[in-house]
Amino acid sequence: MAIPTYASPLERVWHYTYLTVCTLIFVFLIAPIIVIIPLSFNAEPYFTFTDRMLSFDPEGYSTRWYRSLLTFGMQNPESTGWAFWSDAWTNANWVKAAKNSIIIGVCSTVVATVLGTLAALGLSRPEMPFRRAIMAILISPMIVPLIITATGMFFFYSNPCELLALIGFDPQCGRLAGTYLGVVLAHATLGIPFVIITVTATLVGFDQSLNRAAASLGANPRTTFFKVTMPLILPGVVSGALFAFVTSFDEVVAVLFIAGPDQQTIPRQMWNGIREQISPAILAVATLLVIFSIALLTTVELLRRRSERIRGVTPR
Amino acid sequence: MADAALDPHAAIATTASGVGSGTLTTADGMPLARALAHSQRRARRRAFLLVLPLLAFILITFVVPIGQMLARSFHNDGFSANMPQVSAWFASTEHGTAPDDAAWTALAQDLVASADARSIGVVGTRINYDMPGTRSLFTATGRQVRRGLEPPYQEALLEINEAWGDPRLWSVMRSASTPVTANFYLAAVDRTRDEDGNIQQVEEQQRIYLTLFWRTFWLSAVITGLTFILGFPIAHLLATLPMRKSNLLMILVLLPFWTSLLVRTTSWMVLLQQQGVINDILVWMGIIGGDARLQMIYNRTGTIIAMTHILLPFMILPLYSVMRTINPAYVRAARSLGATSWTAFRRVYFPQTLPGLGAGAMLVFILAVGYYITPALVGGSSGQLISNMIAQHMTGTLNWSMAAALAALLLGSVLILYWLYDRLVGVDNLKLG
Repeated sequence: MAIPTYASPLERVWHYTYLTVCTLIFVFLIAPIIVIIPLSFNAEPYFTFTDRMLSFDPEGYSTRWYRSLLTFGMQNPESTGWAFWSDAWTNANWVKAAKNSIIIGVCSTVVATVLGTLAALGLSRPEMPFRRAIMAILISPMIVPLIITATGMFFFYSNPCELLALIGFDPQCGRLAGTYLGVVLAHATLGIPFVIITVTATLVGFDQSLNRAAASLGANPRTTFFKVTMPLILPGVVSGALFAFVTSFDEVVAVLFIAGPDQQTIPRQMWNGIREQISPAILAVATLLVIFSIALLTTVELLRRRSERIRGVTPR
Repeated sequence: MADAALDPHAAIATTASGVGSGTLTTADGMPLARALAHSQRRARRRAFLLVLPLLAFILITFVVPIGQMLARSFHNDGFSANMPQVSAWFASTEHGTAPDDAAWTALAQDLVASADARSIGVVGTRINYDMPGTRSLFTATGRQVRRGLEPPYQEALLEINEAWGDPRLWSVMRSASTPVTANFYLAAVDRTRDEDGNIQQVEEQQRIYLTLFWRTFWLSAVITGLTFILGFPIAHLLATLPMRKSNLLMILVLLPFWTSLLVRTTSWMVLLQQQGVINDILVWMGIIGGDARLQMIYNRTGTIIAMTHILLPFMILPLYSVMRTINPAYVRAARSLGATSWTAFRRVYFPQTLPGLGAGAMLVFILAVGYYITPALVGGSSGQLISNMIAQHMTGTLNWSMAAALAALLLGSVLILYWLYDRLVGVDNLKLG
C-alpha cells in the first residue's frame, strides 16, 4: 500500500513506523519456527548457537540428532547397511511412533471426511431443519476444551457399555481405551468440525440448480453426486481431510488419556521427551514436522486456488 | 378485475375456481397445497438423513461421554454403596442427631464388611475428599477390625482411634451417605460445610480454585488483548496490499497455523530459557549482564508469550476477511471532507472492522480458557490454568469427582461464550485459512 501524495511529513513518519512494526510482528510469528531448524544441526547438546556455529565452522554442525532419532530404541545401533535399516524400521521408537501416527491419522481422517462431507451436504440444503442448532453441536468438539473432551472419553472408552447397563441391558463389551479403534474414534470426533467448516464453505458457492439439471437429464441421485457434485466440492473435501489429518497428527491430550503403550504417537513421544529430559533430538523431530507442515500448507493453498478457479469465484 | 390483472396469483385462482372444484390439484388428483407440503417434508427428511450418521456419531463419542463424566461431579457412591447400614441409619435420623448405639453398631458392621471386601480404601477416599486427612483413619481401622471387633462398638472404635468421635466426621459421613452431593461444586468454589452443615469459606491457605479460575480468565483476557494489538496491524497490512503480495505474506501467518502445537511450544522453550537464544542475544548486545539472565519461561510470562504466538492466527484470519471487504473509498471520502488520518481511522475505518474483531477476540478467548498443553509445558507453577488442575485431579490425586466439578464449571463458561459467539457471529461463519 502506497502513501497518498497528500500525506503530511508526520504521516510519512507514521507510515514507515507502521511498516517497521508489521515487520517485527512477522518476525515474532515466523522466527520461532525458523530458528529451530539450524539449532537441530547443533553438534553440541545445547539449545543455543555455539560460537563455532556462529562462525560457520563445519565442525559446529552435525546430523547426530537426526541419527539419534533412528537409533533410539534400536537393538543394535552399531550395525550397518541393510541390518541397520531393518532394525530401525521395526524397533526404533520414533519410527514406531511415526507409523502409529500415520495409521491413526489416516483412519480417523477417512471416518471424519466421509461422515463430515455427508453431513455438510445435508446442512447446506435450504430445507434442513434445526440447521443452526445441529451445526453448533457438530462444531462443538473444536470449542470444548480438549482436557474436558479427553476426560469424558477416558471414562466412556474404559467401559463403553456402562450406559447400556443403566437402562437394563448387560452386554459384555471390551474396552475401547488402549486400542487403536478408540484413538481413531476420538481423533475422528476432533477432526469432524474442520471437515464440516471447510466443506460447507465450499458448498456456499455451489449452484443447487446443477443437481436439478442433472436429474432432469435423467441421472439418478448417485450419478448426480459422483459426476456433478463431488468434482465441484472435491477441493473443499480434500482440504477438510487435510485439516482432520493434521488435527489427529498433532493431537496429544486425548492420546495421553485413552491410548495404551502400543499407541505411542509422535506428539506423545515428543510430550514425554519434553517433560522428562529435553534433548536436541526433539528439535530434529520439530524440524521434520515443520517441513511436513510446509508441504501441507502448499497443498491446501493450491487446492484453494483451484477451487476458486473451478467455481469461478475470483479472489477478492 | 383490474386488481386480478395486476396480481398473477389472483388470476390463477380465479381461473381455477372457474373450473369448478375450487382447489388446485396435481395430475394424480392430490390438492396442490398438500402435495407441496408432502414434498417439502420429504426434502427435509432427506437432508436430515444425510446429517443423521454424523449427529449420532458425535452424540455417542462426544456428547454422551462428557455428560457421563459430568454426572460424576454430583454423583459419588464410594461411601453409600460400601457402607449400607450406616447410610440407612443416616437416612432414618434427623440432621444433627448424635450417634446412638444403633449408629455405632451399623458403623462397626459396615467397617468390618467393607474391610473384608477390601473396599475400605474407596470409602476412606470418599470421606477424605470432604475432610482431608481421614483416609488413613479408615484404612488403619480397617486393618484392625479385620482381626475382629467386639461390642460395645462405640468404646471399641474409640479405642482404636479417638477421631471416630469427632462430630465433624459424622457430619461428613452423613453428607456422603447419599450418592448425590453438591460438595464437589462447593469445593470447586473454595467452600466447605462445617459440622452443622453450614456453607463457609475454606481456610485462607487452601483457597486455590477461585484464584485459579480468576487467573485463567485474566490471562485469557490478556492474551486476547495481545493478539488484538499484534494482529490488527498485520491484518490491516494484508488487507490493503495488492493480492499477490498479501498472498505471499499470508504464508507467514498460515505457516505457524499449520505447524504442530508441540513444535511451537518447544521452540519457545528453546528461545526463552535462561541459556537460550533470546537471553544470549540480550547479553551479547549488553542490555543485561551475563549473570542477570531473564527468567522468561516456566512462569506466567512464558505462558503468555507462547499462547499469544499460538493463538495469533485465530485473530488475524477473521480480522483479515472482514477488512478485505471494507471499501477504501470511505476513508478517502472522510479525508476529503477534512478529517485527519487519525479521525478517519477512528470514526470511519475502525467501526467497520468490529465484526471481525468480535469474531477473532471471542474465538481466541474461548480457545485460551481451555488451554492445557502449553501452560503445562512452559507455565511453571504460576502459569498453570484451570485445565491443568483438572488434569492434576484426573491423573495425580485421582479425585475424579473434583475434576468433573471443575470441568463442569469450565465447560459452563465456555458454552456461554460459544452461545454468545453463535448469536453474534454465527458458527456457520467460522472460517479456516
